[in-house]
Amino acid sequence: MSVTLLAARQARAVPALQAKGGIVVAGGTLAVADLNHGQGPGTLIIVDGLGLGRIEIKGRKVILGAMVTMAQIAHDRRLKFLHPVSQSIGGPAVRAMATIGGNLFAPAPYGDMAVALLALDAEVALHDGKALRKLPLENFLKQRGKYEKSLVVSVSFAMPEANSFRYVKAVRRKPVSASLVTIAAVLPRKAGKVKDARIAFGAMGPCALRARKSERALEGKALDASAIKEAADLAADGTAPADDAYATGWYRRQIAPIHLQRLLGA
Amino acid sequence: MTKVPVQFTLNGREQNEFVDSGSTLLAALRDKLGLYGTKAGCHQGTCGACTVIIDGSPQLSCLTLAERCAGKSVTTLEGLTGNGALHPLQQAFMEGFAAQCGFCTPGMILAAKSLLDRNPSPSRDDVIDAISGNICRCTGYDPIINAILTAAEQLRGARKSA
Repeated sequence: MSVTLLAARQARAVPALQAKGGIVVAGGTLAVADLNHGQGPGTLIIVDGLGLGRIEIKGRKVILGAMVTMAQIAHDRRLKFLHPVSQSIGGPAVRAMATIGGNLFAPAPYGDMAVALLALDAEVALHDGKALRKLPLENFLKQRGKYEKSLVVSVSFAMPEANSFRYVKAVRRKPVSASLVTIAAVLPRKAGKVKDARIAFGAMGPCALRARKSERALEGKALDASAIKEAADLAADGTAPADDAYATGWYRRQIAPIHLQRLLGA
Repeated sequence: MTKVPVQFTLNGREQNEFVDSGSTLLAALRDKLGLYGTKAGCHQGTCGACTVIIDGSPQLSCLTLAERCAGKSVTTLEGLTGNGALHPLQQAFMEGFAAQCGFCTPGMILAAKSLLDRNPSPSRDDVIDAISGNICRCTGYDPIINAILTAAEQLRGARKSA
């Protein structure tokens, strides 16, 4: 199959190339893997020259360019709370290649960084060819097929309060493997009570999703055994995890409450 | 198939090649340049057998488009031996029985080299993390981890005496 690489010079030019069937290759861990299996498109769009590989931190606001790699995050001391997330994704070679933008499109059971970003209530900036627009990551993930003809430019979020971010990824093979279930949580507290908790699951559906029932179960309560148990019991409610080579959906629904209970009680 | 020119540094030497547009670095190394040290395994980034070092970081040549290597420096297993002498990592793998079928060995050694270039005194956990993307179905990993730690020690000794 004949493949053409096109180097985009401007973000706004990318959607027109996508509309003609081209796909953006960032780190290559998804797109080139597809290409190797004969599933790739005829045109690959390279966005290396668009300056999307920067991490910007202004006050509490963090902006991750779409081409920022997992390795960049793992080496940035300002983002120490995200190191367990980046370290849980692939080996060092995958981390050196895999990008933030690509992770948003990774199919389950992959896409662990998107789980963390969802718990951080991140916002996605994307260019549709006419204008740069922003939307909540949750909305983006729910309809991500719709945004395959837009260029993800960056993801931004507010730095969480100290010690309020928690993360776990359950795997079969240590130290890294695909997710059985991934959980990220931001648990801000006011006067000892949980306020505006955000909990996100990975591998519990086609994309990362919020565990709103568990979040509500914690609201206004101390993070004690009874509140944690209540939140954990609701963890698998409304989820439809897939069967794959790593686990069955049934198994994922059994272990999700246990891992949430452990994470909240840690 | 369209051919595109690519200029890059391969194992310390400037290389100019015409590669098929959209082909991978792995294909260029093996099929075009005859460098069979880099192994073709899963072609999806899971096994690590095709690991090479690009601009100092370990990367998967099966997922790297050859055209994107323009201007970059690529190191493969063939770049480790100087004057016919084995690299301390190769020596330690041989002496420590860290290679059985040998298929994962080049990727393991490049992943390990990338670690030791950045961190000459790694802990056992650092080594485990460095090879966490490389699958071995023969050794059970322990001989590989031990060989990397042995090579690290030898390289530190060589640096001190230099």
